[in-house]
Amino acid sequence: MSTVNSSRFDSAIGWSARPDAWVSRGVRFLFSALAVILFCGPLLVIFSGAFDHNPDPTKLSVIPANPSLINFQVAAENKIWHYLMNSLIIAGGALLLQLSVSVFAAYALARKKFRGQAIALLVILATMMLPEEVIAIPLSLVIGDLPLVHVSLKGTLLGVILPLGAWGFSIFVMTEFMKEIPGELEEAAKVDGAGELRLFAQIILPLCKPALGVIAVFGFNMIWEQYLLPLIVAADPSDYTLTVALLALRSDDMVGTGIVLAGALLALVPSLVVYLSLQKSFLRGITTGAIKG
Amino acid sequence: MTAVQPLGDTRDVGSTASGGGAVETHPVRRRRRRRLTGATPRGNVWVPWLFLFPAALIFLVFKFIPMAEGIRLSLFEVRPFLGDIFVGFKNYATILQDEKFLTASWHTLVLAGGQTIGAMVIGFFLALLLEGHTKSLWFVRSAVFLPVVAATAVIGEIWRLFFYPAPEGFLNELISWVGLGPWEYIHSTDTSLVSVMFVGIWKHAPYDMVLILAGLAGIDRQQYEAAAIDGATTPQRIWNVTLPALRPVITILLTLAAIRGLRVFTEVYVLTGGGPAGSTDVWMTRVYTTAFEQSEAGLASAGSVLLFLVTLILTVSVQWYRRRREAR
Repeated sequence: MSTVNSSRFDSAIGWSARPDAWVSRGVRFLFSALAVILFCGPLLVIFSGAFDHNPDPTKLSVIPANPSLINFQVAAENKIWHYLMNSLIIAGGALLLQLSVSVFAAYALARKKFRGQAIALLVILATMMLPEEVIAIPLSLVIGDLPLVHVSLKGTLLGVILPLGAWGFSIFVMTEFMKEIPGELEEAAKVDGAGELRLFAQIILPLCKPALGVIAVFGFNMIWEQYLLPLIVAADPSDYTLTVALLALRSDDMVGTGIVLAGALLALVPSLVVYLSLQKSFLRGITTGAIKG
Repeated sequence: MTAVQPLGDTRDVGSTASGGGAVETHPVRRRRRRRLTGATPRGNVWVPWLFLFPAALIFLVFKFIPMAEGIRLSLFEVRPFLGDIFVGFKNYATILQDEKFLTASWHTLVLAGGQTIGAMVIGFFLALLLEGHTKSLWFVRSAVFLPVVAATAVIGEIWRLFFYPAPEGFLNELISWVGLGPWEYIHSTDTSLVSVMFVGIWKHAPYDMVLILAGLAGIDRQQYEAAAIDGATTPQRIWNVTLPALRPVITILLTLAAIRGLRVFTEVYVLTGGGPAGSTDVWMTRVYTTAFEQSEAGLASAGSVLLFLVTLILTVSVQWYRRRREAR
């Protein structure tokens, strides 16, 4: 009986955890089960439909009626792996860029005091107030003809990666975290004669691992969720990311529901893997990010 | 140390001379302290800017230049290969009088409002249900959170299947058990907007749940105990103790969700594409159609700038309201 720490004032509703409080426990169990079915069920249907020989929209289930891999074979003919590759390259490249850019910027903002610091912070805040959707149309023109260098990124993966390379949110989360690191460490390293880059790479960076987890999982989620950007950067359908390609697949009359679901599954799995492996970072980031931002 | 001294002095003089006023006392004090520890040798003035350079470059090229370009384009009639014509605010006037844009703005408001409130109410009940520290509750919370992580395009595909309009369709089958339906969901002009709203609530409610849970965790348990001693029933306790304590969280959620709601695009685009018959057309799908299907970049830019202004006004006024509340 571990009733030491639990009382009925542990929750707003007053759930009782005592083994004999079977009404409270039963009601809670029932509603929890209902919530899981409601919020996870639809995602499970993607799994079963993707592995079902010919999923029928009128008879959806969580267990495939005729298990087979045929959907993935047909999907492969529809270049599904190519789209997945596009998505993964963009996610990998943009995330790597985003992490390095954020860490660099945060180092300057958190560990240095310089003229114009307040303005730099304000500018980054401004980028966060600027919804991506609002600049989508002029952005497509800029990507087609970069200022000064006059290079077109239209139809290239780089055209999606570069605009995602800096994100105000991760810079802020990183800055807040780096501010907490005590200054004595730096002083000590400086006394030992460490240069600026060594200071950054060997003293500050290793201490930022928890924050790196947060901005990595958020960055991935933000990049994977991108829809309008890959859509406007694409010069033809072969440039699509997997998420954008789903709509094109569905609109193709020759392609059945099962194939679309196979694609949806491939688009779902990476986000599930990232979320489940970095879950703690994710939930921590939501609360800190929202309350501070 | 000696080399640092004069540089520090000139900077102090410079800042007091250029700025002046109460604000300047702070940087001066800060510099003096730094000079004492000797943390900044002369050559390092540029170091912070070097570290900021990658971010600044990306923001400049992919945020600020497009924004400026968007404002410029909104004042022009854009004609590829023929040269643009300056038209002043004509694009704005056209949009504000355009029947389709007006309908779209109405849809956007309904959708944003419905999704914001719906997601918050469901999120609140989820949070009440799943508050606690046990392993099984943690498991349920993680499971319920999955829709937030899944990409909107994926969610759109699965809900399109559920919304299969025939009587044997999945959802129709379900609601027939309680004697409802069959409905046509996203395929009928009457129910399409509500259906899109429903999917949005489903995706965003668990996100709200996490924030509300964080708020619940911060409530002092003794308040609950005191309420119980005063003989308050559970609903009374939630109404009089829990909800007032959640006020800051709710304000944040409302702001975030309202801004997110105004710029909604992907959900609508993948579920209905704005149809049937424009019944789910929102501001951003309208802008997209104007730009990429009707090739009216000037008009579309004016639409984008208007959306930006509304978002900006909303954000600033919420901030202002929050400041005023805190000040009181």
